[in-house]
Amino acid sequence: MNVVPADLNNVESIVNEIVTRHEGNKHELVAVLNDVQKTLGYLPESALIQVADGLDIPLSKVYGVATFYTLLSIKPMGKHVIRVCESAPCHLLGANSLIDVLRKELRISIGETTKCGTFTLEHTSCLGLCGVAPAIMIDDEVFGNLMPDDIPAILEKYK
Amino acid sequence: MKTVEDLERIRKQAKVMTKLREGGETTKVVVGMGTCGIAAGARETLSAIMDELARRNIQDVIVTQTGCIGLCEQEPIITVERPGEGKVSYGKVSGERARKIVASHVINGQVVGEWVIPAS
Amino acid sequence: MQFYRSHVLICAGTPCILKGCGAVRDAFITELKNQGLEEEVRVVETGCLGPCDLGPVIVIYPEGTLYEKVKISDVPKIVDEHLLKGRIVRDLISEGSIPGIIPYKEPVYFGIQERIVLRNCGIIDPSSIEEYIARDGYQALAKCLTEMKPSEVIEIVKQSGLVGRGGAAFPTGLKWSFTANTKDDQKYMICNADEGEPGTFKDRLILEGDPHSIIEAMTIAGYAVGATRGFVYIRGEYGLSIDRINQGIQQAESMGLLGDNIFGSGFSFKLEVKKGAGAYVCGEETALIESMEGNRGEPRVKPPYPGTHGFLGKPTVVNNVETLANVPQIILNGADWYRGYGTPKCPGTKVFTMTGDINNKGLIEVPMGITLREIIYEIGGGIPEGREFKMAQTGGTSGGCLSGEMLDVPMDYFTLPEKGSALGSGALLIMDDSHCIVDIAESFMRFFVRESCGKCAPCRVGTVRLHEIVKKVACGDGTYEDLEILEDLGRTMRETSLCGLGQSAPVPIMTMLRYFKDEFMAHIEEKRCPSETCKL
Ligand SMILES: Cc1cc2nc3c(=O)[nH]c(=O)nc-3n(C[C@H](O)[C@H](O)[C@H](O)COP(=O)(O)O)c2cc1C
Ligand code: FES
Repeated sequence: MNVVPADLNNVESIVNEIVTRHEGNKHELVAVLNDVQKTLGYLPESALIQVADGLDIPLSKVYGVATFYTLLSIKPMGKHVIRVCESAPCHLLGANSLIDVLRKELRISIGETTKCGTFTLEHTSCLGLCGVAPAIMIDDEVFGNLMPDDIPAILEKYK
Repeated sequence: MKTVEDLERIRKQAKVMTKLREGGETTKVVVGMGTCGIAAGARETLSAIMDELARRNIQDVIVTQTGCIGLCEQEPIITVERPGEGKVSYGKVSGERARKIVASHVINGQVVGEWVIPAS
Repeated sequence: MQFYRSHVLICAGTPCILKGCGAVRDAFITELKNQGLEEEVRVVETGCLGPCDLGPVIVIYPEGTLYEKVKISDVPKIVDEHLLKGRIVRDLISEGSIPGIIPYKEPVYFGIQERIVLRNCGIIDPSSIEEYIARDGYQALAKCLTEMKPSEVIEIVKQSGLVGRGGAAFPTGLKWSFTANTKDDQKYMICNADEGEPGTFKDRLILEGDPHSIIEAMTIAGYAVGATRGFVYIRGEYGLSIDRINQGIQQAESMGLLGDNIFGSGFSFKLEVKKGAGAYVCGEETALIESMEGNRGEPRVKPPYPGTHGFLGKPTVVNNVETLANVPQIILNGADWYRGYGTPKCPGTKVFTMTGDINNKGLIEVPMGITLREIIYEIGGGIPEGREFKMAQTGGTSGGCLSGEMLDVPMDYFTLPEKGSALGSGALLIMDDSHCIVDIAESFMRFFVRESCGKCAPCRVGTVRLHEIVKKVACGDGTYEDLEILEDLGRTMRETSLCGLGQSAPVPIMTMLRYFKDEFMAHIEEKRCPSETCKL
C-alpha cells in the first residue's frame, strides 16, 4: 500500500499492465480495480479513465463500481490505512474507546488522513476477528484484544 | 497422481511422516497461526520461540504451525509435545511467556502449569 | 502471580467425601510440604469427577492421570514418584479412560463438541497437502470419481439431510439437483466465502485451517452437478485465507487432484480464487455473482435463481464454506452416519462463533439442537465476572435477539424462527447486564445503514430511518410514537425489500422491542439509561 509518487506519473503503463494481466476481460473489473488500488494506493481519475478504456466499458460504470466497495477509494489515502471495526461484538467490548485514542493520537476524525500523509483512519464492518475483539486492521495486518493503551505502541511501528 | 492407488500410497507415506513427527523422537512445538492468533500476537510468539531455541543452539525441536482451533480467547496458543508425553496447550502466550515455556517445558520437561489452558 | 506446575484434583463430591477424600487431601498437603513442593503443586478440591464407585478419586494435571480408590498410604508414593520425579505410578492408575474425565490436554471446552467440519482445524499444518491426505483427505473425491455416478453423489447428500450453513438453510442435495438437471454446456460451482455477518468467523477458520477440505468438496460438487469450473469468492479482508486457498489449489494441481482427467475418470475441474473488495451485501448469492461479473454488488431480482441462471447467465451452484466442509465426510461415512448427529429434522453439527460477554470467546462445533444454556455455561465458560446474562443475538447482526427465558430453546434451523430469531450463520453475541439494549440497537442499525447497497428504496431509506429513530431514543429525545413507527417501518421493510439484507435489518429491533421494551421506555419516559451506557 505504499504510494511512491513516481507511480502516479506512470498510471498509464501500470494500468495497462494490470488490464493485460486480466486479459482485458470486462468481468474482471473488480479484480482490476483491486490491483490498481494495491499498486497506486488509491484510484485516481486518470486510472479510472484508463481502466474504462482498457476494458472498453463506460467510465460511469467504472466510477460506479469504484465507489461501491469499501476497500476501493477514489480519494488519496495515507501511507497506512487504519480500519477500526465498529460492528456489535467489537462495539460491546470497547471499540469506541479505541477510536477515541486513535483520534487523539492522530488528531484526525474518521475518514480523514493525517497532514503528513502517513495514516488514514476509517471505520469498517466486522473483520471476522470478533474472537479477539475489539480489533483493528492496519493495511493487511490485524490486531486484536486491544486496550486503548496498546494503540500508541502499535502506531509507533508504522511511523 | 493418476489413480486411486497413487493416492493411497501418498496417504501411507504421509501418515508415516506425520507419525514420526507426532509420536516420534523429537519434541514438537505447534503455534496457532490463524488470523485470530496473528492478531493476538502469534508472530511475536513464534519468533520468540525460534529465537530462544537458536540462542540455546537447540536443533532437534520441530516448530510447526496450524490453523486456529477455536479458542480465540486464549490466543496466541501453542502446543508442546515431548516424546512419549501428552500434548500440553498453553494460552495467551506472549513472547515472554514463550521464552519461559521453551526454557522450562520444551527443554527441561517442566510443564508451566499456570499458563496451561485450564480444564474448565 | 503464583505458578503451579501441577494440579492435584481431589474429588469432593458427596460419595467421595463419604469415602474419606478429606483425609486423602490432608495427606497430600502434608506430603507436599515434606517434599518442599507446596509452592509448585496445587491441591484443588473439585466437584464430582464421575466414577463415584471408585472413590476417592484424584486426577493429576497436566498429565490427566486418574488414580482411583486412593488410600492415605498411597499418597507418599504418588507425591514422590509422580509429582517429584514425574513418573506415573502405573500400579495405582486405572486403565482406560472413564467417561466424564477429560484429560488436561482436552479442556471441558472440547467435551461436548463434535468436530466434523473442524476435524482438521488446529490439528494439521494447513500449508501441507500431505498432512491433509494423511487424514483421509481426497479419499471422498476418489470414491466419487471412481465408484459413483453424479446422481448417486447427489442422492447421498440429499439423504444426509444437510442444509445450507450460509443462513438460508436450503437443502444442499436439492440445490445441487436443480443445477444437475439443467442441460447447459457450461455450469459453475461457487464457494461463498464472503463471510461478513458481524460476529461470524467460522468460514475464515476453515479456509485458513483446512483449505483442502474446501477444494476437495468443490470438486465433488462440480462432479455432481456437471460443473467444470469453480470459484472461491473470498472477502478482500481475509488475506491469509486467500493465500492458503491459492497455495492449496497449486498443490492440488501439481498432484493432479485438480485439473484435467482427475483420477483418470475423464472429469476435469478448474478452481480459482475471486477476491472481494469490501461489501457485506456481496455475501448475498446474486450480489456475489454480480461482483464476480465486474459489477456493483447489487442483488438481482429472484427468480430466476442462480441454480439455473447464475454466473454469466449459466447454471451455478453457490454454497457456503461450512456447508461444503461437511461434504467429504458425508461421502466417506454415509448419510446414516451423518444423521446420527443433531436432531432428526436438522441433522449434523453447527459451528458457532461465541462473541461478546462470554469467557471463552471463540468457536465451537456442536450437534444441532444444543441449547443456548449449554453453549454459554458449559462450553462458553459463562459470563465474565459473574455478571448476569441479559440477551443473546443469534445469527449475526441480521438475526433476532433472545432474552433469558429462552436459554433452553434448542438451537437449530427450524426451532429458532418460531421464536422470532434465526440460526443464520451461527454467530452468537452474548450481552450481559452491564450493557444497554438501546445502545447496541444503535450499533446494529449503523451497520445496516453502512451496508445497504441502495438498490431498493425500502432498504435504502428504511435503514437510515431506523437508525435515526433508535439514535433519537438513545439520546433521550424519543417518544412513544417513535416506537410505533419503528414497528411499522420494520414490517414494511420485511415485506418489501428486495433481498435478505433489507428484510432482516429490522429483525434485531423488532425482537428487542418484544423482549426489552421496558428499557426503551426508560430512555423515553424517564430519560434514563438503566445501565448508564447512553449519554443522556
Ligand atoms: C445480506 C446477505 C448476506 C449474506 N452473506 C452471506 C455470507 O457471507 N456467506 C454465505 O455463505 N452466505 C451468505 N448469504 C446467503 C447466501 O445468499 C446464500 O444463501 C448462501 O451462500 C447459499 O449457500 P448455502 O446453501 O450453502 O448456505 C447472505 C445473504 C444475504 C441476504
Ligand atoms: S465485530 Fe469486530 S471483528 Fe467482528
